Amino acid sequence: MRLEPKPRPSKIALILYPLGAVAATLLIASLLVMAAGASPLSVFGLVIKGAAGSQFALLETLTRATPLIFTGLAVAVAFRARLWNIGAEAQLYVGGIVTVVLGTGLLPLPAPILIPVIMLATILAGGLVLLGPAILKTRFGVDEVVTTLLLNFVVLLFVSMLLEGVLKDPMGLGWPQSQMVSTDARLPRIVEGRRLHYGFVIALVAAFAVWFVMKKTALGYEMRAVGVNAEAARFAGIPVNAVLMKTALISGGLAALGGFSEVAGLKGNLTLDLSSGFGYTGIVVAMLAMLNPLGVVAAAIFVAGIFVGADAMSRAAGVPSYIAEVMVATALLTMVTAIMLSRYKVRWR
Amino acid sequence: MEFFDILFTASFWVAAIRIASPLIFATMGELICERAGVLNLGIEGIMVAGAFAGWVTVYAGGDLWTGVAVAALVGAAFGLVHATLTEPFGLSQHVVGIGITLLATSLTYFTYRIVLPQVSSPPRIEPFRNWAVPYLSDIPVVGPALFNQTPLTYLAFVTVAVVAWVLYRTPLGLAVRAAGENPSAVEAQGLSVTGIRMGAVMAGSALMAVGGAFLTMSAFNSFFFEMVNGRGWICIALVVFGSWRPGKALVGALLFAAFDAYQIRLQQVAGGIVPYQAFLMMPYLLSIVALVLVARRASYPRALMIPYQKGER
Repeated sequence: MRLEPKPRPSKIALILYPLGAVAATLLIASLLVMAAGASPLSVFGLVIKGAAGSQFALLETLTRATPLIFTGLAVAVAFRARLWNIGAEAQLYVGGIVTVVLGTGLLPLPAPILIPVIMLATILAGGLVLLGPAILKTRFGVDEVVTTLLLNFVVLLFVSMLLEGVLKDPMGLGWPQSQMVSTDARLPRIVEGRRLHYGFVIALVAAFAVWFVMKKTALGYEMRAVGVNAEAARFAGIPVNAVLMKTALISGGLAALGGFSEVAGLKGNLTLDLSSGFGYTGIVVAMLAMLNPLGVVAAAIFVAGIFVGADAMSRAAGVPSYIAEVMVATALLTMVTAIMLSRYKVRWR
Repeated sequence: MEFFDILFTASFWVAAIRIASPLIFATMGELICERAGVLNLGIEGIMVAGAFAGWVTVYAGGDLWTGVAVAALVGAAFGLVHATLTEPFGLSQHVVGIGITLLATSLTYFTYRIVLPQVSSPPRIEPFRNWAVPYLSDIPVVGPALFNQTPLTYLAFVTVAVVAWVLYRTPLGLAVRAAGENPSAVEAQGLSVTGIRMGAVMAGSALMAVGGAFLTMSAFNSFFFEMVNGRGWICIALVVFGSWRPGKALVGALLFAAFDAYQIRLQQVAGGIVPYQAFLMMPYLLSIVALVLVARRASYPRALMIPYQKGER
């Protein structure tokens, strides 16, 4: 078989194939649910109810979507320039470290100054974490996929070291956790008595800012040009390496902001389970959004809904909540296939 | 000096070979895929799936070698999905690979929870036992390290020899290497690049899964979450470090494992002064350093990560 690009992909195909991907994902999930001895329809009903069935459920979904918007944006920006950042997990944790270091009394500043200062420091630190692999890529030709993946493990061990060492909470009864950040460093809740916090608003602003940079600025144009064809971009006079450095700083910074948002908005302190794979799930979010920054918001809420809904369903129906991870991974594979099929014609022979 | 004494203990070398074994299987698996032109980032997840498949087969009453075979089949199945999406469909090998890792890992955890719904500590199986090679295992230090290991460890070394022989001494190996270097030439010979690559990815994925199974069936005796712990990514680094050659990759895996075994023992000697996490970080940092050292003169397969489309040049 061979693939031929369709000269003009039809609008219908661009809608029908992704719908087919969703259907395929649901079909596979149904088989697994049946293997677990439950009925797919009632399970999916419980997932939807758990994700969006009440104000509480909906706000929980948005709370869970917040870090995914940040990591999804980080991946979308990097992948657009073909910088394969698989290290959003590490950058997110570095953001958490910076937030805790600066937010637990090191800087005696009032909240309106302290929070922006912490955010800037977070962005810078996260950016630097990705700058390393980016420099190794441009200077030494080391594949950034492997280095960013390996750094995830290094950073997590580093966090563990800090939490059992200098950042250890003396009142933590021996648990590896940091002190709580001061109230001046906390992001307020949006709805009283619910967990949704202003990190979500920052995430929306970030998504819009990234969209603006990618679509409306020279830097965004250069990043896209490098992503389409680095050689051609170089030939056209675009400083490819410099663009990749800037991409790394932005991407790492966005992922680190996710760590800031989780600590300052939700958890209050740093622990080893700050992230439940947000960095890796961010890849799925970015791909589902076809690397569109505004699409990342929708994709993150969708993916978060599956996770939150599956948690609630699991408690009620006894199907392991890992079904959410399976669905998200399946959705990634079926969606990239669907996008390809909507753009190419498959010819057998 | 205690630091050097470690190197002369037999237990250190025994541990080094044991740590190397799963890496050898998985590194050979990745090497086959990449020599055919396909980067397989599904390795981490496939190792998780293999670890579980082998263990659960034995747990359900199968014998050990059946467990290894089931693990290999499960690996090949994930390889088939990977190869279908990346070769005929030509999707990004990065994205598909990460997707396969996420899928294989989550499917494994889901299945684990279905098989063992309410278990806090996973049940144990009777793993492979050490099999001492007569006479040879009596040699001091070298004997216990090389000739008193489990059959799976011996199989790991045999695998390297077989992979090297097939790649460099058979028409099949020539076709695989050519598919990764100059696919058009393969097509000109009337062979199917897509078919060769799909076969290579399936075979490679099967080896990755056996590497995972080594963990549950030889190194340990049960399955627990996070047990692969980045070994797959390290194997990808080892393939680069070994310049895509089986022999060099074996040396890399052995060096790496010796270093890993050394840092575990160093923790006991210097653990009071330096936090243990610093030692655990070293294998990952070492992999990055190794990549930096070899990357400049690495001659990777020229068609790596370029999906083959018939009639295109």
